[in-house]
Amino acid sequence: MISKRIIILMLGATTTAAGFAIRSALSYAQQTAAHDVPAAQAGGTVVMLCDGKTSIEVKHLQPGQKMSRAQAQAVSDELMAKWKGDHPGDRWEVAQSSPATDSPIATPGGETFHGEKALGNAPTAAPSLAVQQGDTYASFQPRDYKVWKAETDKFVAEGKRVFHDAKALGSTIGISCDMCHPDAANTHPETYPKYQVQLQRVALLRDMIDWCIENPVKGKALDPNDPKLRALEAYIYAQRKGAPLEYGKH
Amino acid sequence: MAARHKSVETKYMEDRDKVLRGLRRLDRRTFLKVLGASAGAVMAKGLMPPQTFQLVNVADASVDKNASATGAPGTAPFTFAYISDTHMYVRTLNQRFVKGAVKAVEDVNALDPQPDFVLFGGDLAQTGRPDELEQGKGVLSMLKAPVKMMVGEHDWFYDMGEKWQELFGPPNYSFDWKGVHVIVLMSVHEKDFWTARKLTPAERMDIVAGLDNPIQSRFEVGDKQREWLRGDLAKVPATTPLLVFSHSPLYKYYRNWNFWTEDADQVQALLKPYRNVTVIHGHTHQMLFNQIDNISFYGMLSTAWPWPYAPQGLPPLTVQMNRADPYDQLDGLGDGQVDVNKDGLADMVYNLWDRNPVTVPAQYLRSRGNVDRPPAPQFASY
Repeated sequence: MISKRIIILMLGATTTAAGFAIRSALSYAQQTAAHDVPAAQAGGTVVMLCDGKTSIEVKHLQPGQKMSRAQAQAVSDELMAKWKGDHPGDRWEVAQSSPATDSPIATPGGETFHGEKALGNAPTAAPSLAVQQGDTYASFQPRDYKVWKAETDKFVAEGKRVFHDAKALGSTIGISCDMCHPDAANTHPETYPKYQVQLQRVALLRDMIDWCIENPVKGKALDPNDPKLRALEAYIYAQRKGAPLEYGKH
Repeated sequence: MAARHKSVETKYMEDRDKVLRGLRRLDRRTFLKVLGASAGAVMAKGLMPPQTFQLVNVADASVDKNASATGAPGTAPFTFAYISDTHMYVRTLNQRFVKGAVKAVEDVNALDPQPDFVLFGGDLAQTGRPDELEQGKGVLSMLKAPVKMMVGEHDWFYDMGEKWQELFGPPNYSFDWKGVHVIVLMSVHEKDFWTARKLTPAERMDIVAGLDNPIQSRFEVGDKQREWLRGDLAKVPATTPLLVFSHSPLYKYYRNWNFWTEDADQVQALLKPYRNVTVIHGHTHQMLFNQIDNISFYGMLSTAWPWPYAPQGLPPLTVQMNRADPYDQLDGLGDGQVDVNKDGLADMVYNLWDRNPVTVPAQYLRSRGNVDRPPAPQFASY
């Protein structure tokens, strides 16, 4: 009896080495609808495109065997050629941007954040045929925007944590940012850069964060690349979404 | 032995305080006299305004205190001082907040004449630990005048008020003072958010201590205490002026930060029959005043840190204080006095450290802002 092995290739603008594509495709397959892959007829392995319909049988590939990169590329090319033959005149990116591929993304930590502002610009519907297609941006799907939003929110949430945590800030006297700046009020990030008389130089937001950490908080100033400082900046900016930029304002 | 030598600065500051205190009590004729005298003193020292204590703004405070035609029965004017929101950690962890509280105690002890009593406005401690509360009691025990204690949420939610009540007694009470009925409320009860979450006392306290922490509930006086208040007021005629102390503002300013009392409307309804009602509250750490019907509200300053004005809900009669200068750890902080007039209404004095003091006369609020408007800030909130 021939065991049925399922391989689904993710094809698209960002297809990488075939070995990687197969691994990631398998995990992707686990969270999307199961595809009904036909049984092998000639003793090889059936490989299916991620549209769930187009498939070919690779005769030389036995269960458990791996393909070389060149072999995998050839299989990919053959699959795409078959798809194009079945869909004359269609573009792959457009055909695949149906709502069915828009699976939900778990929010990191599974929580929503107080004071969280929604990120703008994420397209709410798949692009239609009337829209220009084929470049890098046009090939991003709503799922991509969800991933980016989740990553950004995670960064902001980490900033919120540090902002409210005297220990994380390195305070020696139990003081955290939120004690004077609830919801980051009165941090006015939109007014930087500006000349700060007391610092005798033009200051960026991060300079004032560091000044606060050193002085009222009585901790050690953070390196500009310190993940904590970057996260604090992210949280403070996120709280002022919509405020007009007014650099230099006092 | 000769009197202790005083530096030029000390003498100057004493003179300044004396003039400022005096000015608030003057009628117009005497005011001008003192103004002339202080101008003379200023000239003699070779100082010129505005670097001196010759404050133009204080002219606003020279209203005739007896002009109010409210017809309230005879109340002897009196003054009490306030200290609020000291938020003291134990001094081994953080000396700054202890120093702030001590500075306020020294301010009040320097008042001459001494106030009738000192209202402590709540949030004596930062995390409600017994050692913080005991230390706070020690600091306040240095006051020469008697102290009237009020509780804040930072004092309460570690052990649900056990230690505070052991040190200071019941959190709500009332007394009569020179014709005014004074009521102290415990306005920072919260509905139970901790049991279902299985929080420890320390976790519960930390959540309440976070102004912008949305897990906690809203402040409330609560059914039981409102019943107590109803019973307490049953003996008080409607012509008697009321002075009410609460930690949270007894109105709805900004919900997200608990600048808010959930059952404020019901409490206000109980106070409605009274002609002259003044509510003095803590918690908001800023110059804040409001008038709702017959009730004048004043917020007290903190000695620990200033809060920014909330993004919404600021009462239109409030004149903001200048933004605090982060480079000056005393800026935006302070203490103050309340002068209760013959009609039982109160003039509020904000004694802002490192700034000129600001007086908000009762007539400013009672006239809905038409007279005696305090000076506008140069730098309001962003």
